[in-house]
Amino acid sequence: MRRVRAAVELLAPIVLVVLVALFGTTVSSSTQTYVVTTLVNVAIVVALYVFIGNSGVVSFGHISFVAVGAWTAGILSMPASEKPAIMPNLVGFLRDTTVGNVPSLALAAAVGALFALIVGLPLMRLSGLAAGIATLGVLEITHNVLRYWEKIGPGLNTFSAVPETTGLLQACVGALIAIVVAFAYQWSRYGRMLRATREDAAAARAVGVSVYGQRLVAFTLSGAVAGLAGGLYVHLLPVNAESFYLDLTFITLAMLVIGGATSLWGAVVGAVAVSAVDSFLAEAENGVHIFGGTLDLPSGTRIVVVGALMALVLIIRPAGLTGGRELPVPRAFMRSVLTKFST
Amino acid sequence: MTVDWQTIADAFGLGGIYALMAVGIGLVFGVLRLVNFAYGQLVMAGAFALAFAYEHGWPVWSGILLCFAVVIALSVAMDWLVFRPLRTQTPAVMLVATFAVAFLLQSIALLWFGSLGKIAASLSSLNQPWTIGNVDIRKISIVAAAVAAGCLLTLVLLLARTNVGLHMRAAAMDFRTARLLGVRANRVIGSAVVVSGLLAATVAVLMTVQTPLVTPDFALRDTILVLAGVVLGGMNRLVSATLGGFAIGFASGFLGGALPTNQSQYLPSFLFAAVILVLLIRPGGLFTRAGQQAVERV
Repeated sequence: MRRVRAAVELLAPIVLVVLVALFGTTVSSSTQTYVVTTLVNVAIVVALYVFIGNSGVVSFGHISFVAVGAWTAGILSMPASEKPAIMPNLVGFLRDTTVGNVPSLALAAAVGALFALIVGLPLMRLSGLAAGIATLGVLEITHNVLRYWEKIGPGLNTFSAVPETTGLLQACVGALIAIVVAFAYQWSRYGRMLRATREDAAAARAVGVSVYGQRLVAFTLSGAVAGLAGGLYVHLLPVNAESFYLDLTFITLAMLVIGGATSLWGAVVGAVAVSAVDSFLAEAENGVHIFGGTLDLPSGTRIVVVGALMALVLIIRPAGLTGGRELPVPRAFMRSVLTKFST
Repeated sequence: MTVDWQTIADAFGLGGIYALMAVGIGLVFGVLRLVNFAYGQLVMAGAFALAFAYEHGWPVWSGILLCFAVVIALSVAMDWLVFRPLRTQTPAVMLVATFAVAFLLQSIALLWFGSLGKIAASLSSLNQPWTIGNVDIRKISIVAAAVAAGCLLTLVLLLARTNVGLHMRAAAMDFRTARLLGVRANRVIGSAVVVSGLLAATVAVLMTVQTPLVTPDFALRDTILVLAGVVLGGMNRLVSATLGGFAIGFASGFLGGALPTNQSQYLPSFLFAAVILVLLIRPGGLFTRAGQQAVERV
């Protein structure tokens, strides 16, 4: 029984992500960019879910881990010949080191985790409102420093000339890694302990769970996933410091909240659903032909719609589209699977 | 580092404006336990109202009247449509919800007015300097500080001397007990929302003098700074929240004016680092007494 439920919990998001990727192979290359972005968004939202969903603490700071991951992967994988033009003030060892695609992604995850650990060490003592404001502070500081410190990156410039290796395959694999990590974590004892602190901090503490310690574990892990997603992002399109700021924070939080913050299925569904709506509206801002007519929306419509959706979901269905539950398994299905395997 | 009188006057002016915003945020927080991330967008809406009036050549007083009408209507609508349904949710959910409202309003403004922004310059004569002795000081710095002081004084009288004020203070202290003793929840929340809307409109008028170009992200950065300042000072009491708002406005105005650009570009980092440090060391805020902690720690 438990195993069937676990299998569904892991397979449902995986199947959804693979279906999205398969859909991406059938469409034109301009539409494919939206599909790839959707898959990278899935990775970011799953990273948010690992911490926010399991701990119940809101973090506005995760995009700074995405940014740090993007910076790491971008700087290290840019061809050495291009670096002096885009980043003239880069420190020596960053200038002289160039790594391949996969190592750059691994390093992005590692740096994301390290940064999250350092930030989390003091910050995980905070809850509720204070945690929200403090993590917002982390986002502000990261954005401010990355924008102006040209020794560790392009500053106000854009990350051009980074090899654009994030296609459908790499984005899909990245999203799947994020999902598997999140799944493994939520079925581990650490995940259970953290969810216990979310439901009732005092009771969890009474049975010997360290609220601080468990939050720190989840924060670091989600920092790693966010860093990986940042690496995927910088290999997808030319980004700069403004790409990883309030707008991305808002849209990814909206995805998590709309899908349902307390389940992996909700995070993935939210990311896919909102990305789909968002990409459609982005197309419609340039004019699309649909249902025999032309839909031409003024630019800016997409954030209005996503913002309205998020506010509506919060007011009408605070637990999100999925109700914050994993995909329910019908009893009949469960029974048939169990009888098949028990004989 | 160069310090002149103008820098100090500017810092006082900015501190005053931020103090008003801090009171606006703090009043609603007191009765609802809700941090209104969308407060800056109220100011933005008021600024667009002023720009609209300026564009159509309306007299100054009617522009200001329109600004107040728009901001108050919007804040009451926000209370009805968003705050009221979410009243029973946790503070974190409400924070995320106001975050969504902020983005919604900002993108509506983007859709409506475009990203280039509009000009609201009906009061630009206030940018002329006054000469005191042999020192030139822009009028707006003094006007902003004076208006802020006037508003705060009125508010103190309102809170201390009137029935509504008494109810608001009671509700901020302990909402449940206050209701048990006959304080009407909706009326108290409604009046807090209206007063905070009045303050937002005042801030809009003052801010458009200094930055006449009104864009959809008008006052967004200021709101984030004020939120930080409010937490820095201590959310739990209006006085400490106001002091925190004033302090962060004064600090950023003073340091921004006094430091050369290549040093002041990291100013936000230091301000937010200070906020995080205060949250960790004195979770109740800088200006609160012992035993008044607004935030819990684990």
